[in-house]
Amino acid sequence: MDGLDTGDTAWMLASTALVLLMTPGLAFFYGGMVRSKSVLNMMMMSLSAMGLVGILWALYGYSMAFGNDVGAGLVGNPFEAWGLKGLFVGSYTGDAISYPLSGTIPALVFVSFQATFAIITVALVSGAVADRMKFGAWLLFAGIWATIVYFPVAHWVFAFSNESSGVVGGWIANNLAAIDFAGGTAVHINAGSAALALVLVLGKRRGWPRESMRPHNLPFVMLGAGLLWFGWFGFNAGSALGANGIAGFAMINTVVATCAAMLGWLITEKVRDGKPTSLGAASGIVAGLVAITPSCSSISPMGAILLGLIAGVVCALAVGLKFRFGFDDSLDVVGVHLVGGIIGTVLIGFLADPGSPAGVAGLFYGGGVDQLWRQVVGAVAVLLYSFTISYVIALVVKAIMGLRVDAEDEVTGIDEAEHAESAYDFSTLRSIGGSGTPRPDAAPPAAAAPIPAHASKES
Amino acid sequence: MMLVTAILKPFALDDVRSGLELVDVAGMTVGEVSGYGRQRGHTEFYRGADYHVDFVPKVRVEVVVDDAAVDRVVDALMTAARTGKIGDGKVWVTPVEAMVRVRTGERGADAL
Repeated sequence: MDGLDTGDTAWMLASTALVLLMTPGLAFFYGGMVRSKSVLNMMMMSLSAMGLVGILWALYGYSMAFGNDVGAGLVGNPFEAWGLKGLFVGSYTGDAISYPLSGTIPALVFVSFQATFAIITVALVSGAVADRMKFGAWLLFAGIWATIVYFPVAHWVFAFSNESSGVVGGWIANNLAAIDFAGGTAVHINAGSAALALVLVLGKRRGWPRESMRPHNLPFVMLGAGLLWFGWFGFNAGSALGANGIAGFAMINTVVATCAAMLGWLITEKVRDGKPTSLGAASGIVAGLVAITPSCSSISPMGAILLGLIAGVVCALAVGLKFRFGFDDSLDVVGVHLVGGIIGTVLIGFLADPGSPAGVAGLFYGGGVDQLWRQVVGAVAVLLYSFTISYVIALVVKAIMGLRVDAEDEVTGIDEAEHAESAYDFSTLRSIGGSGTPRPDAAPPAAAAPIPAHASKES
Repeated sequence: MMLVTAILKPFALDDVRSGLELVDVAGMTVGEVSGYGRQRGHTEFYRGADYHVDFVPKVRVEVVVDDAAVDRVVDALMTAARTGKIGDGKVWVTPVEAMVRVRTGERGADAL
C-alpha cells in the first residue's frame, strides 16, 4: 500500500505502549508520595483516567482534537470521526490492501498513540488533590475536563493543517506557529493550571501545612520516576510520528536534559537543606522530562543540558511556592508540571537552534524575539484557558455532588472510605483484623477441636 | 521482686540481651516503642519542606528480678547500652506485688 511505512508503524506501536505505561508509572510516582492510608485512592485516580479517558477519546475526543477545524482553530468537529467512524473501514488482507492512514502509519495507530497522551494529561492533575477528593467527583471532573479542556487544547497544539487534503488544524500549531513538539503546553501547562484551579476550589488537606505529610514509600516514587522516564521516550521520540532522525534527536535530548535536571535538583537541595534526597532525584527527573517535552526537536543537546539544569533548579525552588501562597497542591503538579512546562516552552524562544529538526533560530542564535513571543503567547493562552475553565468545572462538580470526603473519612483514610480497602496489612495479631471475620454467607469454619489440657503449644 | 524497665537505643538490644544473660536474667520482654527525652527528634526534608520527627524509635526492655539482683541488673543494662552520647535512654525500677507462672501456678520468687 502506498504511503504506509512499516518501520514507522512498528515504532509508533511501541511508542503507544511506552506512553501508556507512563500512567501506571505516574500512579507509583504519586502513590509513594502520599500517606499509607490514601495510596490506593491516589493510584486509582491515575488508573481510572485510563478507563474513562480512553473511552471518551474513542467516542469523540479524537475527533475534537484531530477532526477538521470548526472555526478559528479552536476545536475539531466532534462528529466527523465520532466513534472513530471512517478511520477503520478498508481492506486489510488480500491483493488490494487499503485503509485510512495518518501520514505513514495507520490512522488507528495514531489514534491509539494520542489516546495515551489524553489519559496521562488527565492523570497528572490528580497529584494536586491527594487524600481528600471524592472518587466520584474526581471522575466527573476528569470526564468534563478532558472534554472541554484537553481535547480542544490538543487540537490547538497538535493538529497541523494539511493543505493537500484540505484539513485545517489548531491555532497554536498553525497560525501562531509556536513550537511544542510533544506537549509542554497541551499536556504540562494544561495539567498544572488545572491542578491549581482545582485545589483552590477543593481546599487544603486537614492539618496542612501545620502538620507536614511525609511520603510513605519513597522506593515507589523512584520506581515511578524510572517508569516515567522509560515511557517518556515514547512520548517525545514517538512524537516524531516515525522511526527517523527526528525521533533520534528527540531521544538524546530526552536523555541529557533529564540527567541535568536531576543533578540540578540535587545540587539545589544540597546547598539549601544540606542533603540530597531520593525524592529530589525522582522529582528532578520528572522536571527535566517535562521541560524537554516541548523543546526536544528544536534545541541542541548542549542546549538541552542547560535547559534541564535550569528546570531542575527552578522547579526545586518552585515547589516551595505553595507554602508561601497557601494552596495545598499536594504533590506539586504546579511546581513541577506548570513551572517545568513554562520553562521548556518559553526557553525554546532563547535556545532554538536552527540546526535542529525544527529549524528555528531563537534569541541566542540570532533569531531575535520572533519565536520567543510566539512561545510566550502559546504558554499563556493555554495557562489562562485551562485555569479558567478548570475553575468553573470544579465549581460545577462541587455544586452537583461536593468535592470532598467527610472530615472523618479524610482523617481515617480515604482508601477505606472510598474504596473499602487498605493498601497494607501490617497486623501481626491475627484476631485483630489480620484475617478478618468471614461474611455471614461464607462457609462456617470447621469446628475447632478442643485443646487438650496438657497439649504442648509448639505442636 | 522488682520490675526493671529500660528505654534504650534499638541498636543496643543485642548487647543488652547478652549482658543480662551474664547476670543470670532468665527472660525478658522487649517492645518497639517511640519517644523522646532530652535528645528530641530529628528533621527530615521532603522537596525542601522540613518534617520534624519528634518521636524516635526506641526499645523498651522489661525484666522482673529478685530484690537482691536489682543493682547487678541495672549495672549490666547501663554497661551494655551506654555510648556516652545524648539519647542513650533511661532505666527505672518499680516494686512488683505478686507474680504467677501461668503453666504451673507457682507464685512469688518461684515464678521468676
